[in-house]
Amino acid sequence: MSINQNANAGALPNFRNLGILLRILVIVDGMCLAAVLLKTTEPLLLLKELIDASALVQPVLILSLLTLAAANDALHRLRYRYALAALVALELALTTAVYYLGLHLFGGMGALERYWVFTLLITGILIGYFDLRGRALSPALTEARLQALQARIRPHFLFNSINAVLSLMRQEPRRAEQALEDLADLFRVLMADNRQLTPIAREVGLAKQYLSIEFLRLGDRLRVEWDVMHMPADALIPPLVLQPLLENAVYHGIEPRTEPGAIHIRIARDGREIRLSISNPYLPHGDHHAGNRMALANIRERLALHFDAEARIDTIASAETYEVRIVIPYLKAGA
Amino acid sequence: MAAEHALRVLIVDDEAPARNRLRDLIADCALKMPLEIAGEAATGRQAIELLPECEADVVLLDIRMPEIDGIEVAQHIQKLDEPPAVIFTTAYDVYALKAFEVHAIDYLLKPIRLGRLFEALSRARTFAPLRLDVLREIKADARSHLSVNERGRIHLIPVADIAFLKAELKYVTVRTVEREFLLEESLAKLEQEFFGRFVRVHRNCLVAKDAIRGFERATDADGEGHWVVVLNNVAEKLAVSRRQQHIVRELGRIL
Repeated sequence: MSINQNANAGALPNFRNLGILLRILVIVDGMCLAAVLLKTTEPLLLLKELIDASALVQPVLILSLLTLAAANDALHRLRYRYALAALVALELALTTAVYYLGLHLFGGMGALERYWVFTLLITGILIGYFDLRGRALSPALTEARLQALQARIRPHFLFNSINAVLSLMRQEPRRAEQALEDLADLFRVLMADNRQLTPIAREVGLAKQYLSIEFLRLGDRLRVEWDVMHMPADALIPPLVLQPLLENAVYHGIEPRTEPGAIHIRIARDGREIRLSISNPYLPHGDHHAGNRMALANIRERLALHFDAEARIDTIASAETYEVRIVIPYLKAGA
Repeated sequence: MAAEHALRVLIVDDEAPARNRLRDLIADCALKMPLEIAGEAATGRQAIELLPECEADVVLLDIRMPEIDGIEVAQHIQKLDEPPAVIFTTAYDVYALKAFEVHAIDYLLKPIRLGRLFEALSRARTFAPLRLDVLREIKADARSHLSVNERGRIHLIPVADIAFLKAELKYVTVRTVEREFLLEESLAKLEQEFFGRFVRVHRNCLVAKDAIRGFERATDADGEGHWVVVLNNVAEKLAVSRRQQHIVRELGRIL
């Protein structure tokens, strides 16, 4: 994703992305239903027509999705024009194959040309849809949005941290130095170009630096439990996902308490997914939920821009704990 | 000038480094004016407990603190016989800062500068007392505690412990499981502030929803029947007025 890329050159969607596949399924079946509805609205007839239509449409649809997922890389290597031609040829071929198979098995299928027209129509509409969607999410636009969405740190944290560093200057200059270094690293990342995915190990390192500044302010009131034994260090994650969530956990779960509290962080691989969980003590009457929602909405949107439907973020509030769970696909650095 | 004793300062902040920083800065100020540290508190509650005995003239009061925040602490300590001057400290609190400007309340922004602290402390003796209505306006949320002055000390009553509030002449009686207190506030304002927690059963009485065990019928002196509220852990039964009878149906729990 680079800003220099010509945003107007069309591109095929990623046929291995679950969200894309789901969109194709929904659109094709929706159009199929619409076509049948045009013919009849009488329930029994409708059902029969739908089954008839599905007998041809579903096999073509499923075969198309499988073939496209398999041929995804090859198609993306072609220029858009040739890729489109290949795509149309593929769809027509699949339709023809399924047509003759149907003819052989059941007979009485009507003219092949009708199915060709239907296939061309659906393929055309889908290409148009994904082209428009691609433009809407075109690299320039996506980058601008990602930039705008970059997590913003709470001023509350910045000024309290500087105050804490100042308090160390006279008695413990070495700790003050360390704290300033951590603060500098944190802000370097905050101000950096954060549009590319980053290895999760680096994100964890940053989170630890952030927490060391919070320890300075909060002392024994803050306890942190890391459970990252089963975290693949090379997994990729959008930058600044963990830190804002930890900042929320400190702000809403630890600071409003007079008693010490623990934040629990768990990151592990589960098959082809990476699961993250951050939980903190929950105060039913805790304040400032607006800030929390904003950070969550920000992360949710960035996950969607990077992973579409393959990433999830959920929050679970029980009587005593508040937990944020994130699932992202396992992508390896350098792959 | 000679008779004036040193200005005694109480430091209130939940973060230890912030208290250390203030101690250093006050030591610097003390080189130029008579100044003493009266004490330090890490929570609002500690500050309220310390104040009557530490004889502070001025409190440096952090706004964002757990349990009882600075604005609420300022409200409670106004009930002291001689409330100290208050200088709020905050890292970032746009809304409160605007209000402080409007009402000329002194505040210090963290990180605190020596010059600003010196200036504020030099003027502290001339501060006008804080006004409760202004403080209430800055912090729109309900208080976590009510407070009464008992023999010079502030007694805090957690709102969660209150069974009912009953207006009597110019006072409101606050009843908890253990005992009762007299409060100089208006029942209507209390009803507004703690909307949702209490329910009005009578023109002069608010009952905590959580404290209600149920309702039962009773007969008054004229032989007429009416509903009364039966409470958890408090023996007293409270009459439900004819006008408020609908709450019996709404809350259910008929005994």
